[in-house]
Amino acid sequence: MKKFGGPALFLDRSDINTDEIIPAKYLTEITKEDLKPYLLEDLKLPGFDPKSDKTFGAGVVITRANFGCGSSREHAPWVFEVNGINVVLAQSFARIFRQNMFNCGMAAIELSAEQIDRLFGFAGAADATVDVDVEKGTLTIKGGGREESMQFEISPFDKALVLAGGWVDYADSKY
Amino acid sequence: MGMTTAQKIFAAHLVDEPFAGTKVLSIDVVMCHEITTPIAIADLMSRGKDRVFDPSKIKAVIDHVTPSKDSKTATQAKMLRDWARRHDIKDFFDIGANGVCHALFPEKGFIRPGNTVIMGDSHTCTHGAFGAFAAGVGTTDLEVGILKGVCAFREPKTIRVNLNGTLPKGVFAKDAILRVIGHLGVNGATDRVIEFGGPIVAQMSMESRMTLCNMAIEAGGTSGICMPDQVTVDYLWPFISGSFASKEEALAAYSVWCSDADAEYEQVIDLDLSDLAPLCTFGYKPDQVKSVAEMAGTQVDQVYLGSCTNGRLEDLRIAAQILKGKKIASNVRAILSPATPQIYKDAVAEGLIQIFMDAGFCVTNPTCGACLGMSNGVLAEGEVCASTTNRNFMGRMGKGGMVHLLSPATAAASAIEGMIADPRKYL
Repeated sequence: MKKFGGPALFLDRSDINTDEIIPAKYLTEITKEDLKPYLLEDLKLPGFDPKSDKTFGAGVVITRANFGCGSSREHAPWVFEVNGINVVLAQSFARIFRQNMFNCGMAAIELSAEQIDRLFGFAGAADATVDVDVEKGTLTIKGGGREESMQFEISPFDKALVLAGGWVDYADSKY
Repeated sequence: MGMTTAQKIFAAHLVDEPFAGTKVLSIDVVMCHEITTPIAIADLMSRGKDRVFDPSKIKAVIDHVTPSKDSKTATQAKMLRDWARRHDIKDFFDIGANGVCHALFPEKGFIRPGNTVIMGDSHTCTHGAFGAFAAGVGTTDLEVGILKGVCAFREPKTIRVNLNGTLPKGVFAKDAILRVIGHLGVNGATDRVIEFGGPIVAQMSMESRMTLCNMAIEAGGTSGICMPDQVTVDYLWPFISGSFASKEEALAAYSVWCSDADAEYEQVIDLDLSDLAPLCTFGYKPDQVKSVAEMAGTQVDQVYLGSCTNGRLEDLRIAAQILKGKKIASNVRAILSPATPQIYKDAVAEGLIQIFMDAGFCVTNPTCGACLGMSNGVLAEGEVCASTTNRNFMGRMGKGGMVHLLSPATAAASAIEGMIADPRKYL
């Protein structure tokens, strides 16, 4: 089973859209790797620097509600993937973005508002890191000398896509 | 208990239910454009799966950046073009015949009530205007659609939105959908189908219904849907007259896709629009909606009339009616992009293009262009656009630009005054 998680990147806002994750002008790229430098380039958020090492060193994104709204562009999950981010933790997702994540074998995990608040309690810790066990439905966040664990649910289909490594091989073998 | 249109379409297209709550559906129409499809083609080739499940069910168009603006977009266009030729995809639309996908494909008669439709474009929900289940998907779902003709969905719940009363003069489908999105919020319909009904929808043209359904995604909706009726049959008649003995027969056949009277909805929203005023967005989210009266006087640098939301002939007629004999203000530039070559030709024949050009509009070829800041009318830092498009995200039409979404009538009035203006005084 693929390892999910890593250093946390906190994006404290709802409705972060796909244009903010990867602007449309980069949709002319035809390989995923070419997207790499443009991660979250147009996201304006107090205290957030799209060019910082922290952004590019992250392994997991923690954010609020309706993450990934807007365009169907799978470039949004891809720009995370090529930067080593394979899981997004949010209170809710836009449908297409959520499905794109699982279709790529990554994880878009919905947590309660209260759970998200608890995760944001670690936002001040420079060393905040999350480990996610998709199979067991558990995650642990560590940082600033503290540690907390919580449970989550993803649908059996989404879990199967993660295990299969994505939707293309799953579908081609089955249908 | 009766069923909704979406439930009926799901039941009729069910291929597999690998897990409770996940429905794998057969897809009737897989649509492709040159931005999200080439990377799917490249991936299929790298996997040794360069196949298509049924070339007659695949429709493809180069529309987002056309004519190509640089070597990268030329490569994307070439990849789609070569792929369409390689797989004998006959419904492929290239320069000279290409238009904005969600305007072009309905115009070609590709969508039928009861169809399942996917495309790697979030505004695919537009096609729900025909009583179809039409959903935007990412490239991987598109890839599987191309390869196997299937797509997986959670069965969506349905929100019924009744548009009651009659639309006042100067108020159009665009104002109605902005009202609905303002009511639902940007994620109020996530994993839901928005089913539009009521007296106002019953009287709407197919063009107006497409404008409604086009923006279902702006409330998070999987699809928008209107019930197939006589208006649907009349629109489709040139394409289906060989299949049915009469329009009555076609109507009877398509009516099976209407929601049952006792269908169960998650939520029913009744909106009386008899007193609705022209609306406009004010922020960076499509649910940030105010009346045009409240926004009047907001200076604009550019007016954009076009896109899959409002680039249809009906839209051009409304705007031209306001612009006839007038000039755009000196502080503003105005761009018209008719959504398809047919619309362009019809607009020329009706004298509409003359009106736009006399008023001072720049008329471009059909393209998605400025709507998503890819070509033909991108804004500079700090510029403001009054736009008939569907999305007002920060920087959408160019980094640092501001977009106000509004109707073609309001766009025309705003062009004349050089600031956001109420169209009713010109009608």
